[in-house]
Amino acid sequence: MPNVMIRHNEGKMTLYVAKRDQEDEIASIEFNSEDSWGGTIELTDGTKYYVDPLDAPPKLPITLRAKRG
Amino acid sequence: MSVMSREETEALINEVLEVYPAKAKKDRAKHLTANDHEIEQSKKCITSNKKSLPGVMTIRGCAYAGSRGVVWGPIKDMIHISHGPVGCGQYSRSGRRNYYIGTTGVNAFVTMNFTSDFQEKDIVFGGDKKLAKLIEEIEQLFPLNKGISIQSECPIGLIGDDIEAVAKKSTAATGKTVVPVRCEGFRGVSQSLGHHIANDAIRDWALDKRDDDNSFETTPYDVAIIGDYNIGGDAWSSRILLEEMGLRVVAQWSGDGTISEMELTPKVKLNLVHCYRSMNYISRHMEEKYGIPWMEYNFFGPTKTDESLRKIAAHFDESIQKKAEEVIAKYKAEYDSVIAKYRPRLEGKKVMLYIGGLRPRHVIGAYEDLGMEVVGTGYEFAHNDDYDRTIKEMGNATLIYDDVTGYEFEEFVKKIKPDLIGSGVKEKYIFQKMGIPFRQMHSWDYSGPYHGYDGFAIFARDMDMTLNNPCWKQIQAPWKADAAEEAAVAASA
Repeated sequence: MPNVMIRHNEGKMTLYVAKRDQEDEIASIEFNSEDSWGGTIELTDGTKYYVDPLDAPPKLPITLRAKRG
Repeated sequence: MSVMSREETEALINEVLEVYPAKAKKDRAKHLTANDHEIEQSKKCITSNKKSLPGVMTIRGCAYAGSRGVVWGPIKDMIHISHGPVGCGQYSRSGRRNYYIGTTGVNAFVTMNFTSDFQEKDIVFGGDKKLAKLIEEIEQLFPLNKGISIQSECPIGLIGDDIEAVAKKSTAATGKTVVPVRCEGFRGVSQSLGHHIANDAIRDWALDKRDDDNSFETTPYDVAIIGDYNIGGDAWSSRILLEEMGLRVVAQWSGDGTISEMELTPKVKLNLVHCYRSMNYISRHMEEKYGIPWMEYNFFGPTKTDESLRKIAAHFDESIQKKAEEVIAKYKAEYDSVIAKYRPRLEGKKVMLYIGGLRPRHVIGAYEDLGMEVVGTGYEFAHNDDYDRTIKEMGNATLIYDDVTGYEFEEFVKKIKPDLIGSGVKEKYIFQKMGIPFRQMHSWDYSGPYHGYDGFAIFARDMDMTLNNPCWKQIQAPWKADAAEEAAVAASA
């Protein structure tokens, strides 16, 4: 259950894992609409994380608890 | 030897690793690589931030060094107590050349060593009482201090002292910020974790002190310089450029910095991060909590400085962008003349670097401006994200080494035969005795500043001074000089 920070970096949405000091671009988010946001997040290198879906798109950056997706 | 091909670089790595036992060889092979521009993510080619194994020589420091020496140390109006035995503080005292303005011992304390000087009884009975008394004494002797940080050395964590409780009590008694930092040296694999712990301590104990206080008048052009440690005056030569382009520098972290500047940083509009490795944590925190964007910049060498100034200006309105262009134009003549003077003397020379967590990639641009080529680079304590950035900066198939051991570094140098090496004082005399020009790139070899346009002139002069020093011709005993040279000397006589 790592803490991940999702933020915009030069126009791209990235996911930062503090514990691993790694910041990678997000390729896709399972739910990305007005009324739900989150679910499985896939990074460009294929790694997947799962965050509990939120009711609305959050204000970035945001730190969330993530599970290995 | 000119630029090496990928095969040659890989062969070199294999050759150097040959002497290790199989297990050590396997482990070290992961830390050495030939740069490949096609790889996007460094984790595919290099392993970093791993424990150095006993038996090899590493030049890494400890978490205490990362916190006391790097992040907290340069904050000039606070007193940083090296809490524990006397040695850690005394042998690292005043070695980093972070310049500051102030009267040492009155309102600035950077080069002084404050320690609780642990004795056997403190280990046995705990040192909290001693610490409380020490803080009291500091208040009497140095009343103009603006705060105290308690930098733990190894024993504090081992005996389980409650420095947080002492800090809270002392804050209540004196009204000043007292920050306990759990940066015991045994934590982590290098000083890098010390940076992180120090950042977290700033976040938890210092940064939010003025959140409810709006008396500070802000402007739309407020910025903070973060991660510039003012080595030889670096932050000052960066600051003037930012001020010339119309920005207001509210805080300098932490070179020549103060605690009140840190408390005001949440009120700026943009955080400018120079040392990404040591200060990205707090920048990310401020982005999330206060919505302050941050960006990395690079003030080494005119090409990168131009680029960075434009990138910084892009975050502001057109008046700033216009002024940024004016600043660039103003200094152009100056740095063109520097390049015109030194480039012919340095053109084509090969450089190998092995530095801490930022400069191995940041200074590449400055060397390239002088026509020099960086053929190998490496970090003591970088993480994967640093190598991600390095891959783009370095030439293809150049050598990259992580936490290089003394043996490997020497062998690489013997094979690659660079014209100049930039590393720290521990490497300096080895390579000088091997007859290779050397610059200390941690402390600028007692010179500096190297940041900004003004710094570039000094950088260029220093490199020329070192590389073209006549002493390098005297390395060989005269009777061993080869016949061809003798003939040349005879002909010129």
